[in-house]
Amino acid sequence: MNEALEILFTASFWVAAIRIASPLIFATMGELICERAGVLNLGIEGIMVAGAFSGWFTVYMGGDLWTGVFVAALTGAMFGLLHGFLTVPLGLSQHVTGIGITLLASSLTYFTYRILLPEVSSPPKIEPFQPFAVPVLSDIPVLGPALFNQTPLTYLAYFTVAAVAFVFYRTPVGVAVRAVGENPSAVEAQGISVTAVRIGAVMVGSALMAIGGAFLTMSAFNSFFFEMINGRGWIAIALVVFGSWRPGKALIGAILFAAFDAYQVRLQQITGGVIPYQIFLMMPFVLSIVALVVVARRATYPKALMIPYQKGER
Amino acid sequence: MRLEPRPASSVAASILWPAGAILATVVFSSLLVMIAGASPLTVFWLVIKGAAGSQFAALETLTRATPLIFTGLAVAVAFRAKLWNIGAEAQLYLGAVMTVVIGTGAVTLPSAGLIPLIMIAAMLTGALALLGPAVLKTKFGVDEVVTTLLLNFIVLLFVSMLLEGPLKDPTGLGWPQSKRVIAEAQLPRLIKGKRLHFGFILAIVSAIVVWVIMKKTTLGYEMRAVGHNAEAARFAGIPVNRVIVKTALLSGGLAALAGFSEVAGLKGNLTLDLSPGYGYTGIVVAMLAMLNPLGVIAAAIFVAGIFVGADAMSRSANVPSYIAEVMVATSLLTMVAAIMLMRYRVRWR
Repeated sequence: MNEALEILFTASFWVAAIRIASPLIFATMGELICERAGVLNLGIEGIMVAGAFSGWFTVYMGGDLWTGVFVAALTGAMFGLLHGFLTVPLGLSQHVTGIGITLLASSLTYFTYRILLPEVSSPPKIEPFQPFAVPVLSDIPVLGPALFNQTPLTYLAYFTVAAVAFVFYRTPVGVAVRAVGENPSAVEAQGISVTAVRIGAVMVGSALMAIGGAFLTMSAFNSFFFEMINGRGWIAIALVVFGSWRPGKALIGAILFAAFDAYQVRLQQITGGVIPYQIFLMMPFVLSIVALVVVARRATYPKALMIPYQKGER
Repeated sequence: MRLEPRPASSVAASILWPAGAILATVVFSSLLVMIAGASPLTVFWLVIKGAAGSQFAALETLTRATPLIFTGLAVAVAFRAKLWNIGAEAQLYLGAVMTVVIGTGAVTLPSAGLIPLIMIAAMLTGALALLGPAVLKTKFGVDEVVTTLLLNFIVLLFVSMLLEGPLKDPTGLGWPQSKRVIAEAQLPRLIKGKRLHFGFILAIVSAIVVWVIMKKTTLGYEMRAVGHNAEAARFAGIPVNRVIVKTALLSGGLAALAGFSEVAGLKGNLTLDLSPGYGYTGIVVAMLAMLNPLGVIAAAIFVAGIFVGADAMSRSANVPSYIAEVMVATSLLTMVAAIMLMRYRVRWR
């Protein structure tokens, strides 16, 4: 039993937790931006697949790592533009369109992979982002290495949360984004286009989702596998609800979730096969559902979430 | 731009927009085929030939359509009541689990008793799998999209656990697979020596039954009312939550039949690759059918034809068979847009 508790005090456990949290932080922030603007984006799972591949492939073809991140973001933004166009001005069902985007983005990725790399049996590797120890801060015991001896993409994830929070609560752009998700006709009355704000938000959000996918191929691992996103997009959607659509709370949710995920892997090693390993793998998904049930009663959805807006209508 | 409802349904719009959707899908996939270095005309000809060019091809398409009819129906009834069941994949696998639990020798009955027993048990299992998310939705307000999506992963891991544990075939050389169902639990083949099985007939009958439920019964009326406007339905005295739960039971049961018919009719046992995403493809089938149960039959055959045809095509032309998934996803998005534009017209100003 002691062994199970000791895990929590090892630096390597927290390093792993933050590493697992990083792609979820990007994806959760991306979904949060979309939903605050009133658009549910179920394209997230496929957009992460596309981002994971396009970023990795850019580097594989000789681009540098940051170019890869940029290409991933651009890929995500393009799928975001498609989702935004179909759901905002055309007002199509956000559920159906989102699932369609996920199917399209992932199948296009697999198709492209097969065309660009026809003859490979095992996926080729790239030189991924390396950990960078932030001077002084990384010397703090336990928390130092966990938070500040990570790859630059993890630092970008922290920055993203701060940037989203700042833009949301301190800038006119953020006010407009939040307002189109709550009361779009009031925004239109100000002479701001609801359509433009929503599409813009979905594009930015989708770009972040794609960077979340790219984290897996360019920082956590060094090559692209089919099925590597493995439900992380859907978990991000649960984390947005869990975080009550607030960047700070969603960040805490993502780290708690990742800590739990890192913990189950280590617990699995200690228990040594007495409990089927599938039980451990199930835990993150079960935990997400439990978390949703716990917060559901006091969840305050953005009021205009999933409601298409028509100019001149109330 | 804004959309306004068409005052009367326009014949031109109901022909031109869907035609445009098909054209857009064809043009987009042609571009991809050309990027892959092949000629679109050759490739499309090979896909059509592979899907319907011979008796073998046509029967293969109908065999592949069978699970898609069931999952398409499951999605169609759920979406009609705006119950977003994205978990048909999980319900399919649970139906398959129940089929091997009962059908591998635990119960011995003649076919006429055993097969209906398995069907009912499988439907109940699938129904229960969707009952959870439906109750969480009605009692706690938990979004069923997320819960059903997450359940897909949980159920697949659960099946993997069963196949490495209690349901593992001891003679399976260590592969995670179940024992084969006994002869009495197998659905007969429709033509001797061919793969098309009685599950196809069951799927057609199910579509007709669902059509009758949707069009001719109070439940069907209530489901449509809840889907159209839940608040208005509640005001009119319809027990909305009860209707949602009934819808969930029906939808989950239908999806489970897909798993049952794949095991009892085609594969004979349960493996982890029983379904290559039939649950998700069911969403495409249902939307292409505009949620009409009888339309689901045609949509499922169409989608199955693309998959079967693309498989055959990729063996001779050098184009990855993933083109089928791309075409199916593209046709979903273009068709949903076309249906909207059939009913509304765009005003630019």
